[in-house]
Amino acid sequence: MIPSKFQYKRAESVSDALSMMSDDAKLLAGGHSLLPAMKLRLNQPDTLIDISRIEELKSIKDEGDHIVIGAAATHHDIAHSNLVKGACSMIASGAGQIGDIQVRNAGTIGGSLAHADPAADWPALVIAAEATIRVQGQGGPRDIPAASFFTGFYETALADDEIITEIHIPKLPAGSSSTYVKFVQPASRFAIVGCAVVKNAAEGEVGNIKVAVTGVSEMAYRAHGVEDELMGQVVSDESIDRAAARATDHVDVLSDHYASEKYRKHIAQVYVRKALETLK
Amino acid sequence: MKTVTLKINGTEHTAEVSPRTLLVHLIRENFSMTGTHIGCDTSSCGACTILIDGKSAKSCTILAVQADGTEIITVEGLATAEGLHPIQEGFHLNHALHCGFCTAGVMLRAVELLEKNPNPTEEEIRWGISGNLCRCTGYNNIVKAIQWASAKMQGKELPSTEPVFV
Repeated sequence: MIPSKFQYKRAESVSDALSMMSDDAKLLAGGHSLLPAMKLRLNQPDTLIDISRIEELKSIKDEGDHIVIGAAATHHDIAHSNLVKGACSMIASGAGQIGDIQVRNAGTIGGSLAHADPAADWPALVIAAEATIRVQGQGGPRDIPAASFFTGFYETALADDEIITEIHIPKLPAGSSSTYVKFVQPASRFAIVGCAVVKNAAEGEVGNIKVAVTGVSEMAYRAHGVEDELMGQVVSDESIDRAAARATDHVDVLSDHYASEKYRKHIAQVYVRKALETLK
Repeated sequence: MKTVTLKINGTEHTAEVSPRTLLVHLIRENFSMTGTHIGCDTSSCGACTILIDGKSAKSCTILAVQADGTEIITVEGLATAEGLHPIQEGFHLNHALHCGFCTAGVMLRAVELLEKNPNPTEEEIRWGISGNLCRCTGYNNIVKAIQWASAKMQGKELPSTEPVFV
């Protein structure tokens, strides 16, 4: 399968890329979301702007109370970064569960977020981490909280003329823990259900807990019902039972040839439970 | 058209390509190196795996223009004048292939794996090759071949190549 014809331009910097943007242009980083879509002719841009060689987009930096991951950092680099592991371990372990090693060597966090596949791992991870997504347009930078970045099925708050430049991940305070578990579609390794949890515990009781779920609905979501059942509670089999039962509260559950609505809802509850149990 | 220059298996190659040319097509059709296979064409199966600047990558999902200026190793670059690469020898001695369609991709993935982790556990090997699908062998002999290559490359005692029936 070969994509339809396009012009190829290589950007040397973010401002260079911004100056090349047009209505029918697409940004190309790792290409592991965009090229498969182009090969199927689901996407037929006039121009591809290659941003994969922009050094300023690849770094992973420590900025005090948070870390900054460049949008063109690969899943592999994030999974193996000691800085990321120390700041919020599920971000590294989640990155290491994306696709397979060849995919992780090429795919980037910014590309995955912009593509907003409802079965991708990053959306649940950045929502549970309460990350901020920094984007750059002609008018300058703006920050979008992860919780409001995803707006629908393959849709985001990113404007057509904007580039994702950085993902800011808050460092977890001492005593916190985080985890990401997923049930995969075995060939693609996309999530049929993926569940990310960040928990701050104080003396056995759950202080603040954030639970995000991907793969289940048209976009990743924060599972507030699950959180409400656990906030201020002692983590026990009973409280986990009550919480997991609310994994799909207030969302439309997807149905496709991998998993029916009923099955997916059940698996969502099972995997929310698995995630919560690791944090006991 | 765009000019793309690659160093493949130590030799520089240049071609004029349309931007939509996939790297795997450039390697197979322009440069006539057909050891790199096209399996699923959707970055799932790993048959098209090559090493780009030392990292394993699926060449069906990379544009030729994206790889401009990189150093590539394909299966044709594994053996030397002295003989087979240890991974090839391991595959040969352990019957780690039947039809051979996935073999080039698995071997290149294994080369990177052993580069980064010279003495992997069986679990690390199985996780490490999870992006390469083989529809013949059931993977057991592929794992044995990689373990054999690991021992050979470290100068350790070589494991038995007798078949194991499970």
